[in-house]
Amino acid sequence: MKVIVDEERCVGAGQCVLAAAEVFDQREADGIVVLLDAGPPDALHASVEDAAARCPALAIEVRRGGA
Amino acid sequence: MNDTPPGADTRPGTDLRPTTGACPATGARPATDAPRPAPRPQPTVRTCPFDPPEEYRTLREQDPIAPVTFPDGATGWLVTRHEDVRAVLADPRFGANRRPARLGSPAPADTPLPPPPPGMFLMMDPPEHTRIRRLLTGQFTVRRMRQLTPAVERIVAEQLDAMASAGGPADLVRDFALPVPSLVICELLGVPYADRADFQRDSSAMLRLDATQEEARQAHLAMHRYIHELALAKRVAPTDDILSGLMQDGRLTDEEVAGVGALLLLAGHETTANMIALGTMCLLGNPGQLAALRADPSLMDNAVEELLRYLTIIQFGLRRVALEDVELGGHLIEAGSTVLASVTSGNRDAERFSGDPDRLDVRRPYSPHLAFGHGIHQCIGQQLARVEMKAALSALLDRFPGLRLAVPAEKVPMRDDMLIYGVHELPVTW
Ligand code: SF4
Repeated sequence: MKVIVDEERCVGAGQCVLAAAEVFDQREADGIVVLLDAGPPDALHASVEDAAARCPALAIEVRRGGA
Repeated sequence: MNDTPPGADTRPGTDLRPTTGACPATGARPATDAPRPAPRPQPTVRTCPFDPPEEYRTLREQDPIAPVTFPDGATGWLVTRHEDVRAVLADPRFGANRRPARLGSPAPADTPLPPPPPGMFLMMDPPEHTRIRRLLTGQFTVRRMRQLTPAVERIVAEQLDAMASAGGPADLVRDFALPVPSLVICELLGVPYADRADFQRDSSAMLRLDATQEEARQAHLAMHRYIHELALAKRVAPTDDILSGLMQDGRLTDEEVAGVGALLLLAGHETTANMIALGTMCLLGNPGQLAALRADPSLMDNAVEELLRYLTIIQFGLRRVALEDVELGGHLIEAGSTVLASVTSGNRDAERFSGDPDRLDVRRPYSPHLAFGHGIHQCIGQQLARVEMKAALSALLDRFPGLRLAVPAEKVPMRDDMLIYGVHELPVTW
C-alpha cells in the first residue's frame, strides 16, 4: 500500500489522525496533515482506508498493490 | 463596513452567475432534465423528539434528490441520501454562500446573494475560505484538543459540583450543558465569560427561525461590534488566546478578525451545548443503552460518535448554491439553485449504516457520519466538540448515578424553532 496526501486540499479536520495516528499527524503550526508512513504495514491498512474514507477534503489517496 | 448577518439579504450585490440550464451555444437542455414533478414542502415536523421528520425515509427511498419549497417560499432541491449528501458537500461546483433558512421572512428569490460578511468563512468558497480557515486549523488539531482535556475536565467538574451543591432539580442546559462549552470557547478565544448573557442572547437571536431579517441583523451586528472592540483591545494588550493571535498575526483585517471571532463564539457554544443536553435526554430515554455505557465506560468514544450520528442537530441541513449547472442523480441542478443537503437524513440512511439506523446503539461500529458536515467546510471545532462531549457525558453519568428527568419527556421544550436542534431546557434530578 502506498499513501499519498495532498497538503493543498487538506482542511485540517484531523479525521485521519483519529483513524490512524500511526500514519497521520497534523503540523503544529497550521494543522495540515503530515504523513508519517507512506508505506504502512499490512496491520494498518484497514485504518488507513478508514482515514481516507473519513477525510472530508479527499486529501488522502491510497494506492493498493505496491505501486 | 460590512455588517450583514449570516444570510440576511439586505444589501445589493453583484451576481454574475448564469441562471439558465441551457447550453450557451445551442440553447439545448441536457437530456437529464426530465419533466419535473411539482416541488413538495421541505419536511420540518418531527413526530419523535429524537427522529428527523418521517418523510425523510420515503424521500430517501423514492425521491432522493427532490424539488422542494423551503419554509420561506423559495424553491430548490433537497438531498437526503448519505452518499449524495457527501457528494454535494465535497463538490466545489456547489458554493457555500447561500440564503438564510428562516420561517418568517419570504425570500425574494430573484435578489442576488450578497457577499458573506467579512471573516464568515463558513459562507465562502476557496480561495477566500482557504486563506481564513488555514489561519485557524493549527489551533484545533487533534493534539491540541487532547492537551486541553484536563482543563475541560476541570470546568466540567466545577459545574457538576455547583449543580450538586445547589441540589436538584436543576436545568441541565442552564447549569451544565451551556456553561461548559461557553467557558471553554471563551477561554480559547479570549472572550470574558462574564459577558455571556449578552453573547448568548445575540447568538440565540441569530439562530431563531422566526427572527425577522432585521432582528437577525441587529443581533449579528451587536455580536460583531462586541468582538471587534475586544479584538482592538487585544492589539494593544495581547493575551494568550486565538483573538490576540489573529490580531498579532496581521493577515486578517480587524473586521475579518471580528467576523471569525463571532463565528467561533457562536458555533463553539450553541452546537456542543445542545449535543450535551439532547444527548443526555436521549440516553435517559434509552435505558438499555445508558446501562451499557455505565457498565463499560470504554464505550464512551463510540457513544459520542453514535449520539452525533443519531441526533445530528443541524436539523434543516446545510445549504449550498449551484455555481454552474450540475447533473446529480439524473437531475439537472441549474446554476443558481439552492441545494439543501440533509445531514440528519443522511445519518439515518440504511444503505450506509447497518443494523437499524433509527435505533441508538452505542456499540454500533463507527462509520463516517455527517454530523460535522463534509467537504472543505467540515467543522473546524469537531475535535474540541468530541473532547467536550466525552468529558461532559462521562463525568455527568459518573457523578449522578440516579440522574433522571424531572418532568415527563413530552414536557421538555424542544428546539424545533431553532436552526440548531436540541432542548431549550432539560429539568433533571438525581
Ligand atoms: S482528514 Fe483530511 S482534511 Fe483532515 S487533517 Fe487529515 S488529510 Fe487533512
